[in-house]
Amino acid sequence: MAELALDSVSQSYGNRQIIADLTFTLPEGAIGCLLGPSGCGKTTALRCISGFEPIQSGEIRIGGETVSRPDWMLAAEKRRVGMVFQDYALFPHLTVANNVGFGLRGESRAAREARIAELLELVGLAKHAGQFPHQLSGGQQQRVALARALAPRPRLILMDEPFSNLDVELRERLSLEVRDILKREATTALIVTHDQHEAFSLADWVGVMHQGRIQQWDTPYNLYHEPANRFVADFVGQGALVTGEVINDHQVEIELGVLNGHIPVECDASGCDECVRSCHVDVLLRPDDIVHDDDSLLLAEVENKAFRGAEFLYTLKLPSGQRALSLVPSHHNHAIGERIGIKLAVDHVVAFRQEQS
Amino acid sequence: MSDNAVVLAKTPATGVFVWPRPGGWRVFALAVAALVLVPVVVTFSSFAQVEGDILAHLTEFVLPELIGNTLWLVLGVAIGVSVLGVSLAWLTAMCEFPGRRLFDWALLLPLALPAYVTAFVAIGLLDFTGPLQTWLRAGWGITGLPEIRSRGGVILVMSLALYPYVYLIAKNAFATQGAIALEAAQSLGLSRTQGFFRVALPMARPWIAAGLMLALMETLADFGTMAIFNYDTFTTAIYKAWYSLFSLAAAAQLASILILFVLVAVVFEQRSRTQMRYGAVGRSAASRRIKLSPGLATLVFVYAATVLAVAFIIPVTQLALWTRDVIASDLDSRYWGFAWHSVLLAGIGALMVVAVALLLAYAGRQRPGNAMMWTQRLATLGYAFPGAVLAVGLFIPVAALDNWLIDSGRAWFGFDGTEILKGTLLVMLLAYLVRFLAVGFGPIDSGLHRISRNIDEAAKNLGTHTAGLLTRVHLPMLRASLLTAAALTFVDIMKEMPITLMTRPFGWDTLAIRVFEMTSEGEWERAALPSLAIVIAGMIPIILLTWRGGNSHG
Repeated sequence: MAELALDSVSQSYGNRQIIADLTFTLPEGAIGCLLGPSGCGKTTALRCISGFEPIQSGEIRIGGETVSRPDWMLAAEKRRVGMVFQDYALFPHLTVANNVGFGLRGESRAAREARIAELLELVGLAKHAGQFPHQLSGGQQQRVALARALAPRPRLILMDEPFSNLDVELRERLSLEVRDILKREATTALIVTHDQHEAFSLADWVGVMHQGRIQQWDTPYNLYHEPANRFVADFVGQGALVTGEVINDHQVEIELGVLNGHIPVECDASGCDECVRSCHVDVLLRPDDIVHDDDSLLLAEVENKAFRGAEFLYTLKLPSGQRALSLVPSHHNHAIGERIGIKLAVDHVVAFRQEQS
Repeated sequence: MSDNAVVLAKTPATGVFVWPRPGGWRVFALAVAALVLVPVVVTFSSFAQVEGDILAHLTEFVLPELIGNTLWLVLGVAIGVSVLGVSLAWLTAMCEFPGRRLFDWALLLPLALPAYVTAFVAIGLLDFTGPLQTWLRAGWGITGLPEIRSRGGVILVMSLALYPYVYLIAKNAFATQGAIALEAAQSLGLSRTQGFFRVALPMARPWIAAGLMLALMETLADFGTMAIFNYDTFTTAIYKAWYSLFSLAAAAQLASILILFVLVAVVFEQRSRTQMRYGAVGRSAASRRIKLSPGLATLVFVYAATVLAVAFIIPVTQLALWTRDVIASDLDSRYWGFAWHSVLLAGIGALMVVAVALLLAYAGRQRPGNAMMWTQRLATLGYAFPGAVLAVGLFIPVAALDNWLIDSGRAWFGFDGTEILKGTLLVMLLAYLVRFLAVGFGPIDSGLHRISRNIDEAAKNLGTHTAGLLTRVHLPMLRASLLTAAALTFVDIMKEMPITLMTRPFGWDTLAIRVFEMTSEGEWERAALPSLAIVIAGMIPIILLTWRGGNSHG
């Protein structure tokens, strides 16, 4: 168990920059997650940390000890970093118990067996100790892979898309289970995924990655409610951007009304009131920011709808033609084309400066 | 991964994973590939020192006949193995008839019979003085059966011995894509017969061509059968040039022409391989087999049974009968000597091939890339070279090296022997290595490819070093592949005739050599005992192959 720190780490293949200026700190015992679309560099970041890829600038430290520098790297087998692979990479010629015990070298037989038993108990596979990997289900193999990585008490556990080979229902259950196991072992862990539900249910800290850079390193709650930029706002959760005009540093007006809250004055270069006032911004509206109210005088046309069981996700066309999303309890079943009453229920304002065109 | 290698090479050795001698893997692979090129270069450079009268003799009297014989042989065998192989493959893969499950693997059994064994059994049985003709003459007064020692006879024997190459590969093609294609064709209004000719057969063409080319390479390489039938082809001519004309240069010149024939086959084979595309692999072919009408099913059964009987059951039975007659007198210490030499050479050869193949496959894993892939392909091209070519092509440079060593030895150390390397197993083992490397490389390389790279990284994350990776992870996972590679190579070397015959040191007679000597004197009965031993050894990989094919989810 140790703190993981990346300090402006960069890596490239030839001319192609894979990760750029990656900086974050994952506290000891915390579960972190790199979240991003495929090709964003998150897997490369993981391989740099595990010691399979060299870095071109910056520094990686585990527990305060430098493990990677541009001119030097500690060999993967000496890092004491455990890894859970996307395809699990279990050794097919070894039993479950021997897979788990593979990394336990130089310990007494008794200690080894005690540790194997402890871990198999932890992941709930004590009964399967003598079986071979191919005799297990996908979820069970996944837990064997986790147990194998945890066995030598690594300083850090890395997981690459750990649930991508499992079906959706199993994913959710297993991600909670894995979180539980990691917390009980009090392991620092870094997970890579493209699935935000996975990231949110597992991680204490999430870094959203795009084009090799971390866009925001924050708690899941903050990522959703206070995205730092458009990419994060778009990638995390659903929502729509509507045009707004800044009134002052705590008010912005959109076509549905005036919103109160802290307006990021990023659009203000000089700090003068005048330019703030004339500034146009895009305001992020989450589906739960617009509430359906039959009595409301504000009307919007239902352009599309998706049934979600407990609720409908309506795509609404606002009077100006802009689009917004609204999550409505499913007994309010409106037809496409119908005009329904809505009202704003914005907790805090998220606004981005409009791109100059 | 070249960026990776550069960065790692700059890093200090402590704590960093760096292969010993970074260039070592590439150098090794290139060295193996160079070994394959040696016989080519040597045989072609033989034209540099022309022995006028011998070359004139060759071009005037020998070459026209050799080329004619070879072309007829290749054409005949191509037709024979295609008809037998494709028809049997289609019937066992796609149709249902009595005994299909048995024929499915039993039709591979002729692979265990070297063509030269089928050849001398056929002559022994069908010759003018053989039992069949004698019986026909005595009992029925029938004479004038076609002569077995003829072009037709050679083609028949070679086709019966080599059709399994086409059968095996075409059967896989039909089984993996035939059923679906045929149903699609039927849904578009084609009859099954039309579907076979217009869809299934054209789809399987690359597979059939690859199998056919392998069979033709074996045909071009064959020495034993041609010697038994006295059918002059390049392989027998090379042997005669060396041992009767005592002209290594003539032998090398003939070998270089044979290489040209072989290269044509290689090009076609490699092209077919690149055209092979595996479609959706359904295991459902079994449930969609074509139900033949009872009359047709009987006909098919008779056809398959006849092929199996003629190509395997009758020859083996005859071998057993002959063996029974001579076993009392021939099973002596000399026989055990031949057997021991066969097992010893096959064992050494198999170990060597497996070791080199493992390193070559490993080189590909450590230094992947196009250059490595081409090097590996070149290094494993030796399977196409006839043994007679390799014998000549490797003997010449080793003899030259030997002479140089002797001269230097004489000059510097007062050495007064006449040979250092020539009397050893060196040439023979090198030739085995070149010829059979592909046999060992195939299973090992595909076995290694099945091991995900994540496995390597997982082992390293758990603290394992390079050596541990090999001993604790790769070798256990490759055990089956290594065993297959060793078994296949072992059997191929046991069957091998021309290399052993032409390059063995004095006193190293093997079972195959014994077969050659007995058959060249027409003593079929006495050739039966060593042949039977070779055949029994040859069954091992076929059983292994069938057994593993049936339990492929291991």
